[in-house]
Amino acid sequence: MIVAKIVGTVVATRKDERLVSNKLLVARPVDPHGKPDGSNYLVAVDTVDAGVGETVLIVSGSSARMASGMKDCPVDAAIVGIIDTIEIHGGR
Amino acid sequence: MQLARVIGEVVSTMKDANLEGIKLLMVQPIAASGEAAGRPLVALDSVGAGVGEHVFYVRGKEASFPFSPVEAPSDATIIGIVDHWDLDHRAG
Repeated sequence: MIVAKIVGTVVATRKDERLVSNKLLVARPVDPHGKPDGSNYLVAVDTVDAGVGETVLIVSGSSARMASGMKDCPVDAAIVGIIDTIEIHGGR
Repeated sequence: MQLARVIGEVVSTMKDANLEGIKLLMVQPIAASGEAAGRPLVALDSVGAGVGEHVFYVRGKEASFPFSPVEAPSDATIIGIVDHWDLDHRAG
């Protein structure tokens, strides 16, 4: 899973019908210290009621379909947790 | 599977119901030399690993298998704690 910061929302009227009524958010991957890690922004489906500004846990690939309510949905990135804290010991 | 070092702990209160009770750890993938290789990521723990330990983790959909029959939404799960590893330098 990766850590990302929610930086926006996505509105799409025309989309796959299995995505209807799912919230889509724009997420920017960050390092364990909360700094953007340089990788591309993601559109992730929200399953835990996350909001802009929050740091979240994103599961990628086919595992994203295991997030709550995402069975058989065409998603490859799902927000499965809102992160309270990350405690790093030693770092790299 | 990949080798990594556990570098920290992640706390999330609001998360997918199938992640309840599972420890979230920040891991730094490493090369065979022990040096950091690539970006840190969050992995679920299925073996009782802790900070500072060397572990190996499985990626992809298989990362949810250790928690079967619960379908934990995971794309990276620690499945072993490494006691030591040996390289035959003649083999390259």
